[in-house]
Amino acid sequence: MTTETAIAAVDPSTLYPSPLKEFWQHFARNKGAVAGLLFMLLIVFCALFAPWVAPHDPSEQFRDYLLTPPSWLEGGQLQFLLGTDELGRDLLSRLIHGSRLSLMIGLASVLMSLIPGIFLGLVGGFFPRFIGPAIMRVMDVMLALPSLLLAVAIVAILGPGLINTVIAIAVVSLPSYVRLTRAAVMGELNRDYVTAARLAGAGLFRLMFVTVLPNCMAPLIVQATLSFSSAILDAAALGFLGLGVQPPTPEWGTMLASARDYIERAWWVVSLPGLTILLSVLAINLMGDGLRDALDPKLKNAV
Amino acid sequence: MSLLNIKNLSVRFGDANAVPVVDGLDLTVDKGEVLAIVGESGSGKSVTMMALMGLIDAPGIIKADALTFDGQDMLTLKGKQRRQIVGKDLAMVFQDPMTALNPSYTVGFQIEEVIRQHLGLSGKAARQRALELLERVEIPGAASRLHAYPHQLSGGMSQRVAIAMAIAGEPKLLIADEPTTALDVTIQAQIMDLLLDLQRDQGMALVLITHDLAVVAETANRVCVMYAGQAVEVGQVPSLFDAPAHPYTEALLAAIPEHSQGAKRLATLPGIVPGRYDRPQGCLLSPRCPYVQQKCRDVRPSLDPSVLGEVRCFFPLNQTVTATQEPAR
Repeated sequence: MTTETAIAAVDPSTLYPSPLKEFWQHFARNKGAVAGLLFMLLIVFCALFAPWVAPHDPSEQFRDYLLTPPSWLEGGQLQFLLGTDELGRDLLSRLIHGSRLSLMIGLASVLMSLIPGIFLGLVGGFFPRFIGPAIMRVMDVMLALPSLLLAVAIVAILGPGLINTVIAIAVVSLPSYVRLTRAAVMGELNRDYVTAARLAGAGLFRLMFVTVLPNCMAPLIVQATLSFSSAILDAAALGFLGLGVQPPTPEWGTMLASARDYIERAWWVVSLPGLTILLSVLAINLMGDGLRDALDPKLKNAV
Repeated sequence: MSLLNIKNLSVRFGDANAVPVVDGLDLTVDKGEVLAIVGESGSGKSVTMMALMGLIDAPGIIKADALTFDGQDMLTLKGKQRRQIVGKDLAMVFQDPMTALNPSYTVGFQIEEVIRQHLGLSGKAARQRALELLERVEIPGAASRLHAYPHQLSGGMSQRVAIAMAIAGEPKLLIADEPTTALDVTIQAQIMDLLLDLQRDQGMALVLITHDLAVVAETANRVCVMYAGQAVEVGQVPSLFDAPAHPYTEALLAAIPEHSQGAKRLATLPGIVPGRYDRPQGCLLSPRCPYVQQKCRDVRPSLDPSVLGEVRCFFPLNQTVTATQEPAR
């Protein structure tokens, strides 16, 4: 047996690394994920400080400068870095202000589907006799419909607009959270520590939220990141179809839709919002990959 | 009066006509006694203990004439009262230490959780008690281990932590469900020594579920041999090993590799445990028993007193020999 002195003289360097530090080490190993994270930080910064970052007001119309090309092209103006649209509004300012909306839609719809999704999934996993299958069949019905079609149907019922777009996207991505949570819960429930917690006197709610849920979080965090990007994409698609955010609000998808007619004369009006959507979705997906690698213990040591 | 008293326990999964997984089991454990339950996989060892703990869920049906622990009827006990006993006076150590701890929380937090729940300590006092427990189970560098997550510990160390959690409430009965099966041999011996040390120290009773007969021979006071959900032989330790009365016990002992030294093949009992659809009408061992007779195939024997204990066999072995060897019991 070790002596008291050995216990007292524990070298601080042998202390265990904090989980956060361990996570960051795994995450930083993935260069693409770090690049995605940096790009996302840029977008978040733009969104937070949009009025100060943007050179112009997003809805101010410069009537003398309709469809000005980006500044590095012939005929470009330095004050309109990325050019102007068909009404003479500064494209860069609109993109920066649009990031606010896109991030907001992404965040709100993820939260609105993540929280009920986790709850339904937990209930489904803990009551495998009747309630669980009932929930899962309803989710299967939702999965059976094409997601965009379902979103369009929901917006058509509720009416177009920002809030309804968020609700539609949240409802569409709900089944994947429920399925993921339930699968993870059912895997964890067979483990001895759950039995041990029941033995130690844990009640149902404690078992659900304190004992089991933290162990199911890794796939959920990854799914939340990935569906953040698909929420932005869906919002853009709904905006493009004229069912999402209504003009003149600067939203990437809506901007894309309203500039459709000028695609041959002024390519930048269509391409730049599209490129922004592409880049941010790519960045989020790269980040999600990195998160999965860092959080999934099965992939932890695979290079 | 004995600490744990089980009378005619049966556990089924499915409807009332399903084949019982545990069938008419009688078992008693006295204070401070070490009882070993042995038997091959699927013989109902673990299910018996799960039934006692109230961990058998919906499709499972528990029936018993009596299931009392420390004077409390465990069959009717519900909710709060059950939680005050189970986990405190009645604790359990599991087979696989790697899954017995919650991966999301530190070791210290998990031990303190039990202490807060059952001893009513909190804050510094709980932390102090957790540290004492870790030192009690002989974990080196206990203070730093409080902050460790389960994946940072080895299997043997995790099992020690699990034991620390189990003894946190100073239980009167500790159930160890194959506590050493998932560990390597040197650690096995250490963990067994630790369990026995704790058992003597705290005067608690220990139920050891195992299929390691060497462990049983060294540690237990009494053994219950189970086969296909029934107790086939119950006896004191040295005598049961010297003179097994039931053919199944004899076969189990013969199957220990050390007993086959020099032989070309290890001794085995042919056949497998009867399943749901091929349960024999008579003695459950009759298709595999080397001494089987017609009566065994027709009638199922009951658990009857034998010379040295109880045995479920019409033609028990070693009866006359042991009777002359040990006339006074």
